[in-house]
Formats: sequence, C-alpha cells, structure tokens
Amino acid sequence: MLPLTIALSKGRILEEVLPLLARAGIEPAENPLESRKLVIDTSRPDVKVVIIRAADVPTYVQYGAADLGVAGKDVLMEYGGDGLYELLDLKIAACRLMVAEPARLAERDDPHQWTRLRIATKYPVTTRRHFAEKGIQTDIIKLYGSMELAPLVGLCDRIVDLVGTGKTLRANGLVEVEHIADISAWLVANKASMKMKHGPLKGLVQSLAVAAGG
Amino acid sequence: MSDKDRWLLPEGIEEILPAEAFRLEALRRRLLDLFFSCGYELVMPPMIEFLESLLTGTGRDMDLQTFKLTDQLSGRMMGVRADMTPQAARIDAHYLKRDFPARLCYVGTVLHTRPDEFAGSRELLQVGAELFGHPGPQSDIEIVGLLLAALQVAGLREVHMDLGHVGVFRQLATAAGLDAGVEGALFDALQRKSRPEIDALLGQCDIAAAAKQALAVLVDLNGDDGVLARARAQLSGTPAPVGQALDTLQSVAASIRREYPDVPVYFDLAELRGYRYYTGVVFSAFIPRHGYAVAQGGRYDGIGRAFGRARAATGFSADLRLLAKLAPAAAAAHGGILAPFPDADALRERISSLRAAGERVVVHLPGGDVGAAAHGCDRELVERDGAWTVIPVGQS
Repeated sequence: MLPLTIALSKGRILEEVLPLLARAGIEPAENPLESRKLVIDTSRPDVKVVIIRAADVPTYVQYGAADLGVAGKDVLMEYGGDGLYELLDLKIAACRLMVAEPARLAERDDPHQWTRLRIATKYPVTTRRHFAEKGIQTDIIKLYGSMELAPLVGLCDRIVDLVGTGKTLRANGLVEVEHIADISAWLVANKASMKMKHGPLKGLVQSLAVAAGG
Repeated sequence: MSDKDRWLLPEGIEEILPAEAFRLEALRRRLLDLFFSCGYELVMPPMIEFLESLLTGTGRDMDLQTFKLTDQLSGRMMGVRADMTPQAARIDAHYLKRDFPARLCYVGTVLHTRPDEFAGSRELLQVGAELFGHPGPQSDIEIVGLLLAALQVAGLREVHMDLGHVGVFRQLATAAGLDAGVEGALFDALQRKSRPEIDALLGQCDIAAAAKQALAVLVDLNGDDGVLARARAQLSGTPAPVGQALDTLQSVAASIRREYPDVPVYFDLAELRGYRYYTGVVFSAFIPRHGYAVAQGGRYDGIGRAFGRARAATGFSADLRLLAKLAPAAAAAHGGILAPFPDADALRERISSLRAAGERVVVHLPGGDVGAAAHGCDRELVERDGAWTVIPVGQS
C-alpha cells in the first residue's frame, strides 16, 4: 500500500497538532520537537510525518511531495489559488490577522480616511488584497520577522501581523486597529492523492475530524 | 549579458537532446498510428493566428496564457496558440461543416506565458483528439477509451481515472437561483473542498432548504463506486438533468471497467476544473507519484457557436513531453553499423542494401578515429575475403 505523508511545520502548530494526531492513533516514533530528522516514521506503518517550514507546507502538498499537511490559514491565504484541498479547520493554533499601528498615531487616526498606507508585513499578497477590496492603495514592505519594530523606527506607519494575546504589540506601544481574518490551522490535501489514495486518506481525515471536534 | 548566460534558455523552455528526442518522436508516431486506426483525421492548425479567432469562446484564463505580438502586415494583434482544442473546433465548425460526427487529432507545440505547474514547462507538445457532432454518452465513452489506449501506448502504468460532470453543480446552482457573487464564492470553496467555508456561505444565503442541502452534500460526493448511488439518493429531488448526468457518468464508468478492469475509477461530483469551458463529463488521468493529472479532457458542447455553428464536442489532450518523461525508459539504443567511406561500388551497394533492410549504417569519415561506440554503433562493416561483412565491434 502507498504510504501517506503528512507535512507539519515546527512551532506552535506542531505543539498543538501532536495531541490531535495522537487522538487519531498516530504517534511519531521520535519526538519531532527535538529530533533533527526531517522524515519521521509513526506508530502507523503507512503514515510518515515530514517537518518543514510553515510557509513551505502548501507547496509540498500542492505538488504531491506530501499527501496531507497542516498549515495556518494565514499561510494558505497568502499562498492563494485553488491548487489544493482545504479539508478541515482543526481549530488549533488560533489567532487573528490584524492591522496595528503606534498608539500615538491611533489617537488621531480614522480608518475611514485611509487612502494610501505604508505597511510592513510578512503577508504582502493578503495585505494588498484586503486593502484593494476597500479601495485603499498600499505601499508594502515585506519583512520576515519582528514586525513590531518597523513603525517604531519609521520604516512604515502600520503593520499587518498575526496577533495572539496582543502582549508583543502592547510592549512596543502598538494597538490593533482593524481585523482582517480569524486564523487557525487547517488540514490540506493534495488533489491527486485525494483521487488515488482516497480510501486511506479519507479514513485519516475522518479520524482527525473526530479528534479535532472532541 | 555575460558569456556564461548567453546560452541559457528562457525559464520553462527546454531543448530535447538526441536519445530523448527520438524516443519522443517514436511515441508521437505510435500515438498518431493509434488515432489513425480509430478513424481520427490529423489536422495541423497554424502556430499563430489573429487573437480574435484564437481566443474566441475560451475565456480569460486562456487570454492570460497567450503570448501576443503585432502583425506588421495588417497591424492586428496575433497570438501564439496556448491550446490547440479551439483551433480544432474552428476547423470543424468553419471548414469541414459536416452534418455527421467528425473525428480530429493533432500534435503540435503550444506556448504558455506562465508554467501550469511548479517548475513546469511553458512550451508543451500538445497531443489530443476531439470528437465533434455527437452529444450522447457514446462519444464520451469513445474519447475516454481512446485516452486510456493512448496512455497504454505511451507505456504508463497504474493509471487512475477521475470522472466528474460539471452539469451537476451548474444545474443545482441555477435551480437554487444563486446570485453571481455567491455562486463564484461557492465555486471557489468547492474547488478547495473547504466544507467549513461552504457551510458558512450557504448559511448566509436565502434559498430553499432543499436546494441548500443539495449544494451542501456535493463536497462529499467523491470516492469510488458507492458515490453514484449516494448521489442518486441525496440529490433525488433535484432537476432531471442532474439524474441524466449521473446516468452518463455511470455508463462511462461501466465502459472503463469493461475494457480496462485494472484502471481504478474515482468519481468527484464537485470537480469543476475548466467549469466555464466544459459542459458535461470531465475526466483526468493520474499516475502514482505524480501530483498532477497527466492527461485531461471533457465535453464542451457549443464551442463552435462563435464560429457560426454550435456542435457537440468532447475530447482530451496531454503534453507529449510529459508522457515521454513519465514513460519507463525504453530498452538500450538500437545500435548500428559503422562503415568505411564508400569509395567503391561494391561497398556503396552493400550499405544501400543494409539501409533498405532497416539497418542504421553510419559512414566513418576519414580522419579522427573515435571508434564505433561514439557513433552509437555496435557492429562494423569490414572487408573479408573480398566481401563486405558485418561483424561485432572489436573482432576485426
């Protein structure tokens, strides 16, 4: 039988998805949080887990390098297109994609007056789309991390970033001004795998759905 | 531009070198022989055409995929073809004007502005067959059968067949009276099989509960044999064409099982690839360890309308380069005979008769002795006792 490969990414998603996989009867042979191996066998002989960068999960799954993957909705929105199936909201690793700005700017700022914004973000596609739908022009600065720093040093006026508790924002004098989307981790599937391995794949999706619901 | 990158080809463009090129050509011949044996007539549409005729009836996706240039003679815009199917449809509707089914096949280069897949090619060798003028399931059966025969000829193993029917969603969406915005969003969510998004979308719209229910079950109507029975039960109260679509799928699947019992058939009633173009059965062939369809097609009735004559149409196409890449490598090179430069009649005649008998004979030009193997030869033509004799390399 053809094995099923699940792509996972290190970080918060991995921590929260492991208990879910365990409830579905899949336990990695080694602890992926510590192991340096990138391909890990599991308690099910027909299931393997690969550990990759979060932003790479859609690419691996779309081109069939992995049959299934767990990716944040933020990554999926940024990746775009209809090249893979987004089967299940696992309702884990929940947070929000927000527009934030320095508190001193927020005091006199009116979002209805926005016409052209200078925004730093890890999500240029999503940001441009969000503001374009409202007819607002954007100059986007793509950054890879520490977004909160950018407005403090004058690189931009506002940022678009994931917000969990909001602690990091507050610590850097930023406030949330607009909600773009609620984010959680989703189970995605390769289209060809869904067709050629639908028996085992659907079984696995079903047990993950039960695990996520319970 | 430095000397080094002067010879780099543009992204997504590749050249095919000797051994591979002949393998590709051999496959091309075998496929055209197959199409010929089934009564498909070969057409050779032009590489470039005026944009209006090239893009008629195809839609925006094809527009974006087409390279454009200006015709210096007429000042009009021309496009390099990105798909030969509309060209075949134009030939059928505009030139052949037959009142009976027409079977056409083609093979030729098409260019895409953007690669379809990851690290994919932008120059495809499209091969395909189209059957015009028959609206019934029999022509769908013929085309799907021809596709499977073609993949068999190409040497692909473990082929899986995916069947769908765009009429199911189209009928349900029309019957529900969805507005264009919701239909577009629903279509998008169905393409990604995102059940949570579908449920949320349907929850917001104000349509009859039965219509809502029918659209909601679509996302799960995929899998093997049981799907059609499940669809009949769950979509029982829907418009008659939905039932007819299921009948068509059933007869196509039955014919595949009869003729290709080893080919697994998968149904997906929410498979909406090419939704704006197709009108009936759609199908794709997959093979393991390749994350994309290797060949696809479907029914696209009415495309000829733009050329003055609406005709039923169904067909398939594939990229010959991809098929050749995926096919198991052929046996070792066919070898050949290395002969000295023919400066005598006896030698010239011997070479001619060997070539006429189907042998590959390479003449060794004087100077620079590189050996038979460099010319791909495993035998030599040498003079023995006054006669020209073929012997294995290394025995002279």
